[in-house]
Amino acid sequence: MTTQLAPAAPDLEVQAPRRPARKKRDGRAAAIYLLPAGILLAALMAYPLFQLVQISLYDYNQPQASGAEPLVFIGADNYIELFGDTQFWSVLVSTILFAAVCVVGSLLVGTGLAVLATRVRAIPRMLLFLAALGAWATPAMAGSYVWLFLFDANFGVVNEVLGMQGHSWTFERFSAFGLVAAEVIWCSFPFVMVTMYAGIKNISSEIIEAAQLDGATWRRTATQVILPILKPLLVIATIQSIIWDFKLFTQIYVMTNGGGVAGRNLVLNVYTYQKAFAGEEYGLGAAIGVVMTVLLMLITVVYLRTQRRSGWQP
Amino acid sequence: MKIKGLLAAAAVGALVVACGPPQAANNQPQQNGNSGQPVGEMTGELKVWLFQEASNGPKEAAVNEAKQEFEAAHQGVKVTVEYLPTDGRATRFNGAFNDKNSSPDVAEFGNTDLAGYAASNGFADLTNDIAAWPDSKDLIPSVLDTAKVKNKTFGIPWYTGTRALYYRTDVFTELGLQPPKTLAELTETARRIRQSKPDLYGVAVGGKYIYAAFPYIWANGGELAKQDGDKWTSGLTDPKARAGLKQYSELLKDDICPPAACAQLTGSQSVAQFAGGKAAMTIGGDFNRKAVEAGVVKGKYAVVPLPGTEAGKLAPPFAGGNLLGVFGASKKYTLSLEFIKLLGGKKYQQKMYTAMGNLPTFKDVQEQVASADKFVEPFVKAAQSGTKFVPATPAWTKIDAQNIIPTAIQQVATGGQSVEAATDAAAGEMNKAFGN
Repeated sequence: MTTQLAPAAPDLEVQAPRRPARKKRDGRAAAIYLLPAGILLAALMAYPLFQLVQISLYDYNQPQASGAEPLVFIGADNYIELFGDTQFWSVLVSTILFAAVCVVGSLLVGTGLAVLATRVRAIPRMLLFLAALGAWATPAMAGSYVWLFLFDANFGVVNEVLGMQGHSWTFERFSAFGLVAAEVIWCSFPFVMVTMYAGIKNISSEIIEAAQLDGATWRRTATQVILPILKPLLVIATIQSIIWDFKLFTQIYVMTNGGGVAGRNLVLNVYTYQKAFAGEEYGLGAAIGVVMTVLLMLITVVYLRTQRRSGWQP
Repeated sequence: MKIKGLLAAAAVGALVVACGPPQAANNQPQQNGNSGQPVGEMTGELKVWLFQEASNGPKEAAVNEAKQEFEAAHQGVKVTVEYLPTDGRATRFNGAFNDKNSSPDVAEFGNTDLAGYAASNGFADLTNDIAAWPDSKDLIPSVLDTAKVKNKTFGIPWYTGTRALYYRTDVFTELGLQPPKTLAELTETARRIRQSKPDLYGVAVGGKYIYAAFPYIWANGGELAKQDGDKWTSGLTDPKARAGLKQYSELLKDDICPPAACAQLTGSQSVAQFAGGKAAMTIGGDFNRKAVEAGVVKGKYAVVPLPGTEAGKLAPPFAGGNLLGVFGASKKYTLSLEFIKLLGGKKYQQKMYTAMGNLPTFKDVQEQVASADKFVEPFVKAAQSGTKFVPATPAWTKIDAQNIIPTAIQQVATGGQSVEAATDAAAGEMNKAFGN
């Protein structure tokens, strides 16, 4: 790393416009370095995205895919159908709300436990980490089933302890969403916790001491010293969580049995699956996929911009 | 930079419009030899897809016997059988239709999936060859109809599945009840049982158990959809269909089968409740016998056909069942056809009945089986009284996959909506799927 940094230093002193030849060479070198990643991205991201957009513009169902019927270019018809579908809008709203609850929940729980981990002794800390990593390592499918067993109406431990046998947690809409949200938070807080723990550990004790010597209260130290230092990590954890929770599939699909009674627990990804694969309307499914991609990019960009406005640079 | 961006966008746009999404070359007409001439290769590997059963051993044994018989009769032929789980079968079948080279030769498939497969040109048209097969005259006509789309036959019915009413003899004797003679009586009986025995469901049925709900619609004189030429329209808004759905939804109430437990139940889950001793009745198939026998109710149950709206009438059962067909992309048409004639023929249907309890599709074999086994009598009686089927259109795949009818049942059962509003919405969705 140091060898790379050394020649770069003079560049900053000499103004670039005076040395165009050097700049060009840099560009070529950069291009060569970027090429492998570029090829990978093109093959794994650009091409599938291109196909997704393309399929979304066609009337593309199973008969078209297997060649029994001709392809028909229908322009934005899939999008028009989608935006005219009231179910799509209600699913979109519940997806956003559900993802928001999961993001806020996992950030709060993760950060809270990270702070706790910095304040307890080694053995409880180790136990805390073991429990968190166990939750993190559990596959989403297995985790969902374990939670379902715990909350089973007749045989679940939870109902046994609460003495409410026969109560179904997955029947009512909000109860089902709540249960799934709890499971999602349970399996995604460890990422936040580990990240934040590393961040907190990285803050040198001198800074905290200096703040305390200056007479800062514990609260001021936390909000005006520690939090700004942790901000880059928090931003990353938040974006990651937004993307994960917005794209949630397994937990909803498994725990609410494919979207709940009369589809009232559907989220966008499960809805897409029902349309695209179960209903074999690949064109419409692709349109939902495009809308989801655009939405996620928008959310991420808007979030990054608000963070930058408050003084943070990625 | 701006011009470059525009150019790139234009290039991508041109690409999107110019070359369409990938499509398999599957639109050639089926090759047909002169009569008597074999079509395709007559040696090599014959790939067969069959469904994996809950206990697959007996099925494998019967199929292996057919395989050996076939290999002995055909030199240089090796039959390879792969057992597919029924969940996720769509991916496997669609994959085979989209990529001719990975397609097997023969498959077992559900008759409700047929219309969709036919629309994808997935299976070979067997109309002439089945008609020329002497044994085909003994196939029960309403069952053979489930292998047809637009008057073309795409498979040999391998077995049928019919549902009837299972009930607990011990509970009925204890409470002094008789098996219900009408659907209204069934509701009443179920309510009385739950009143006297609150830890039992009166009858275990589910919001996702459409094959239990359809007979209610049919018994009340309703139809799922009506066909006019090539055009289908939903029949759910018809008052008779509504009456049927309403009557079925009444079972999903706290005083019979509480919606919190039953709204999401599928067919096999409903039967599992009965087998586990949690219900006094259920609607189950002849193919559920093994599951019930494995439960705690073994020896404490009996079966009667599902009654109709009036005493003495039966509710038309759904003609479930699986077919054996030849893939359109198979390079061994004649060989495949001979194999399904063997495996789907009278001899092996008899053997499959012995092994699995699958109801034969030949009238003579079915009667022979019924006379030897008291258990299948109500099922055969129900089947021979006239079965009904789902609309034979590829749109049905979509309607089924999008849970349109279960959603309507659940909405009525959970009290969220009136039967009128729920059926209006479901009919709208169905008509959209039919392309109206």
